[in-house]
Amino acid sequence: MSIPPSTFRTFIAYVEDLPGVLNRVTSLLRRRNYNIVSLTVGRTERPGTSRMTLVVEADEDAARRIEANLYKLVNVLWVEDTTRAATLLRELALVKVRADAGTRGEVIKLCEVFRARVVDVGPEALVAEITGTSDKIEGLVDVLRPFGVVEMVRTGAVAMLRSAEVTEAQRALSQAPGPTTPDDDVKAA
Amino acid sequence: MTPDGRRTGAQILWEALVREGVEVVFGYPGGAIMPAYDALLEYPIRHVLVRHEQGAAHMADGYARASGRVGVCLATSGPGATNLVTGIATAMLDSIPMVCITGQVHSRFIGSDAFQETDITGVTLPITKHNYLVTRVEDIAPTLRQAFYVARSGRPGPVLVDITKDAQQAAMEPVWDDRPVRLPGYRPDHTPRAEDLRRAVELIDAAERPVVFCGHGVVAAGAGELLRELAEKGDMPVASTLLGLGGFPASHPLSLGMMGMHGEAWVNQAIQEADLLVALGMRFDDRVTGKLDTYAPRARKIHCELDPAEVHKNVRADVALVGDVGETLRALLPAMKRRERAAWLERIRSMKGASAVRDIQTMPHCGRLFAAHVMHDLWRITEGKALVVSDVGQHQMWEAQYYRHDFPRKLITSGGLGTMGFALPAAIGAKLARPDEEVWIVVGDGGFQMTAAELSTAAQEGLKLHVAVINNGYLGMVRQWQQFFYGGRYSATPMRSPDFVKLAEAHGLKGLRVTEREQIADAVAAARASAETCVIDFRVEQEDSVYPMVPAGADLHDMIRRPSPLVETSDT
Repeated sequence: MSIPPSTFRTFIAYVEDLPGVLNRVTSLLRRRNYNIVSLTVGRTERPGTSRMTLVVEADEDAARRIEANLYKLVNVLWVEDTTRAATLLRELALVKVRADAGTRGEVIKLCEVFRARVVDVGPEALVAEITGTSDKIEGLVDVLRPFGVVEMVRTGAVAMLRSAEVTEAQRALSQAPGPTTPDDDVKAA
Repeated sequence: MTPDGRRTGAQILWEALVREGVEVVFGYPGGAIMPAYDALLEYPIRHVLVRHEQGAAHMADGYARASGRVGVCLATSGPGATNLVTGIATAMLDSIPMVCITGQVHSRFIGSDAFQETDITGVTLPITKHNYLVTRVEDIAPTLRQAFYVARSGRPGPVLVDITKDAQQAAMEPVWDDRPVRLPGYRPDHTPRAEDLRRAVELIDAAERPVVFCGHGVVAAGAGELLRELAEKGDMPVASTLLGLGGFPASHPLSLGMMGMHGEAWVNQAIQEADLLVALGMRFDDRVTGKLDTYAPRARKIHCELDPAEVHKNVRADVALVGDVGETLRALLPAMKRRERAAWLERIRSMKGASAVRDIQTMPHCGRLFAAHVMHDLWRITEGKALVVSDVGQHQMWEAQYYRHDFPRKLITSGGLGTMGFALPAAIGAKLARPDEEVWIVVGDGGFQMTAAELSTAAQEGLKLHVAVINNGYLGMVRQWQQFFYGGRYSATPMRSPDFVKLAEAHGLKGLRVTEREQIADAVAAARASAETCVIDFRVEQEDSVYPMVPAGADLHDMIRRPSPLVETSDT
């Protein structure tokens, strides 16, 4: 990789679970000329709220502006730059690697070293599932490459702060009124 | 209206606008917005029929700039909506509160490339503050409420609401929610931290050579009076951005005038020599700073700005005061020391004197008509009291240099986007917002031809406007760049125009032509006396340039100056 990962910044963003919100976030980053390394999005414990983990190439200044610009999106509820915080960063990958009767044992052993699970085995190939940091996934891929990596899929990183304490974001979100959609307003009225 | 209290979406749309205090909208009908147009007849809202939807957007923009209220425009789906795009982008870059309502094809057809279907929320995503697609009648009223709130709160901007035809046609018993709008992720208001305010006061008190910047935010916040107090208490000179002109009176002794690419030499020189910049409601645009590496090298910077994303964007601030300019000034004023800065002001005065000899107004009359003469005379004759709407190009800079604005919201111009064709429609909007104002449009021959069809709108609405066409037969600003930076190769800049006098007459309006300076006063008087809109075709010097000029990306103090025989003889 040509750009050292030290220029990668990780953000957690809580957003309203509404159509088009993902598009607004990616459009903003594209328009401001920031390169997205990975982006994951999924539902959270709060109904109506989605959570994104964004990894973006950016320096300190750019990171601050990204945060400020994300906040300008009406549907973005909370943003945290977790780059410097104690964070759990995890990614999932499925790696299909060539493995026949002759090499299967060796491939499975390597997978075990990396704590990857073998989730599918065929006569010619097997599929390993690995969860971990990007480095760990790349480490596994490196040792499997000589056997022949047929295909690979990665989810991109998800992040969570380590501390058991309630984060500022969660506190703010729990105090905030629920996300409003025009629909909610009508029902409430 | 149905007898059972139910209303169609179209009726709810207009009632929502009435509830927001909307009195006038600018628009153009078409298939997907026809239900709304049908219902319009039942509501006390004036509709101005434009000749092109771009005009509708600029009119809503001009209305908003002149009044400080939210401007509203209306268009149909597809081409109607896409024609709004330039006007929306213009409003976005200049932070103008605007609500654009577009019709959309029936919700059943969305995504099918139906007749006149465009994904206008997708198209306008990066050029609106926010936008909405409404497919159900229940959502119309609450969405419009949110749209107006988002458009006018915080840093204002355009909001687009796209409403499907079936949502306009469906009926329901309307529900009106008068509670404050709550949007959990939207935090438009910020307040500067006490510690930063304290540091700002320290820097201001200690500065020997401060320059205060008056940006558009000062005008938008109505903070002109507070700025004047700040300047007078600290004896600090004030420079303005293009959109800040009028936020601080040009005739005030502490006023420097416009800064940046076509700012007067002493203004940019003062910035380069300053030890403190107090930037209020502006965003250090590249047209203001020139080359960033050499920009105001000795100055600490206090940046007071409502939008946190603008702070440290182009220029790193020593103190960032994120919040409303008015509130920030109210907090700073009692804390700062009253003091004089006579030496600094004297230094600036001496720089002014050196520049004055290059000013075209002081050059001997050579019998030729310069645009600067027109601006200067217009300013003098109207006593600086007209509401001027300028277009984009050389004339825009000459207006900014020679029409001295003492009042806020009296100069309307497209600053950020630099949209040619803006002036005439924006002036129509401004005139409707402030019918008692004398409105002058200053426009080039190029920009005028982009939206000249709106003359017909002005005529139909019975508006009295004054159009000063600064006609030099070229796309003048581009020609000037070609002269300076492209070896004088005039590629696609000479422009033939119709007879503007006859064009005015064809619209049933008055037309006049001025070719000499002596004719300016009479023509302006005739235009003012005319009952209808009057177009004056000023045939000005064809290859004059705007001076001084900081070439794009050059050091702010590295200016191209007006060649002057006087200066050359006195310097040598």
